[in-house]
Amino acid sequence: MATATIPQKRVSLTGNDAAAEALRQINPDVVAAYPITPQTELMHKFAAFHADGLVDTEMVLVESEHSAMSAAVGASAAGARVCTATSSQGLALMIEIVYIASSYRLPIVMPVVNRALSGPINIHCDHSDAMLARDCGWIQLWSENAQEAYDNTLQAIRIAEHPDVLTPCIVNLDGFILSHTAETMDVIDDDAARQFVGTYKPDRSLLDTDAPYSMGALFLTDNYIECRRQQAHAIENCIPVVEQVAKEFAELSGREYSLFEAYHLDDAELVVIAAGSTTGTAKVAVDELRAQGIKAGLLKFRLFRPFPGQQIIDAIKGAKAVAVMDRALSFGLNGGPLFHEIRSFAYGQLDIPFVSYIYGLGGRDIVVDEIKTIFTDLADVLEKGTDVSQARFIGVRGD
Amino acid sequence: MSDKKTHPTMYDWKTMPRGAIIPQAGNAEEYHTGAWRSYRPVWDPEKCIHCLTCWILCPDAAIMAEKGKILGIDYDHCKGCGICAHECPDKVQAISMILEADAEDDD
Repeated sequence: MATATIPQKRVSLTGNDAAAEALRQINPDVVAAYPITPQTELMHKFAAFHADGLVDTEMVLVESEHSAMSAAVGASAAGARVCTATSSQGLALMIEIVYIASSYRLPIVMPVVNRALSGPINIHCDHSDAMLARDCGWIQLWSENAQEAYDNTLQAIRIAEHPDVLTPCIVNLDGFILSHTAETMDVIDDDAARQFVGTYKPDRSLLDTDAPYSMGALFLTDNYIECRRQQAHAIENCIPVVEQVAKEFAELSGREYSLFEAYHLDDAELVVIAAGSTTGTAKVAVDELRAQGIKAGLLKFRLFRPFPGQQIIDAIKGAKAVAVMDRALSFGLNGGPLFHEIRSFAYGQLDIPFVSYIYGLGGRDIVVDEIKTIFTDLADVLEKGTDVSQARFIGVRGD
Repeated sequence: MSDKKTHPTMYDWKTMPRGAIIPQAGNAEEYHTGAWRSYRPVWDPEKCIHCLTCWILCPDAAIMAEKGKILGIDYDHCKGCGICAHECPDKVQAISMILEADAEDDD
């Protein structure tokens, strides 16, 4: 384990406060934001830092999320370090410009406080908003708790702004479960945090009249596919950068990160793969099953885009059965998006049962016993050869 | 107008400027949008009083003028919107719109 080399303060913060604290330390040049539950308190907190003169940020209070991302794109194109934050419907409203930010290669950082998409309207946690953004060309990181929301936000700036990457980054944290729950966590010293994030030195600015260029031009049949190919390459470059930034962060804070967390995976026969706050619950389930001698393990997502598919397969190659838990649906796909991506990478490499579990939509609680049941199910699948062709819903009345 | 391209217009993905930018300023001149035209403005130098109203209002800077005098219409860039003909003073009517298909192809 790494040990911290700089002073840290132990505090009690909600996930929203934790992300706001990271934004305060990042001290962005521009923040453009619009309130939406459950992200609202994050920007309330940041606006208070702004009002108290604790940041030098130009804060732009816009009339919608579409405008928030548009202002962020404009400011980032001008060479500013830019952050915003949103949730659910806000992300849905800004999505047009979310695609544009990544295609212009603007390293904007955006915490997304995960909330179910309407309809029916719902304010609680699921990952349908993150999945809405999965093909937008943004890097995506997941957080298990408030500490990780803070740590990921600080690291996101370094990853996004890396010259080999220059791609915007979403930091996912579960709505309410993390955003509104106070947790004990460590905040690194302001000077060390600012030294870690460094100064953003863009290699060009749209305001530079000595080196003018056009943005937003039409790329038709002659150039569009080359542009997309280049963008695909840039986001793939991000994997070694994520690892390098995590290493530097561990040297400072003592907290270690990688592409994902392998929890008792080495000798695990029954493996659950999940993302977000549920992984904390799943760790308890793994611990309890391990105490009974069951070789259970958890793979906790951190980096979702780019997708570290081969690394995941390498980490679970000793497994006998795998369950993938999705807190989102892809209607008509029979199985969640994480499940399908992981099983697709396993093709030709792992000839074992993969089972898709859909859970927690609209904030439906998930408890330790339910996750233990998933492990029991996996043991059953192995023992009896149960059919795994259909996605299974957890805790749904009528099933 | 010259047909000569002075800037690259196609790249392979490795050398394409990052982020879909066009690093050369002012190159719209090289992109001929005149082919989009359905109607063509035809300028009559006999009737023109050189008030420059069309020159000011043309959204594509396709009215050619020099030293306060209209020289003609740049068909490489005129998209045929008809603003020039509409705005030409009623008493002058020096610009008329004709179907592109009926035009003698002289540009």
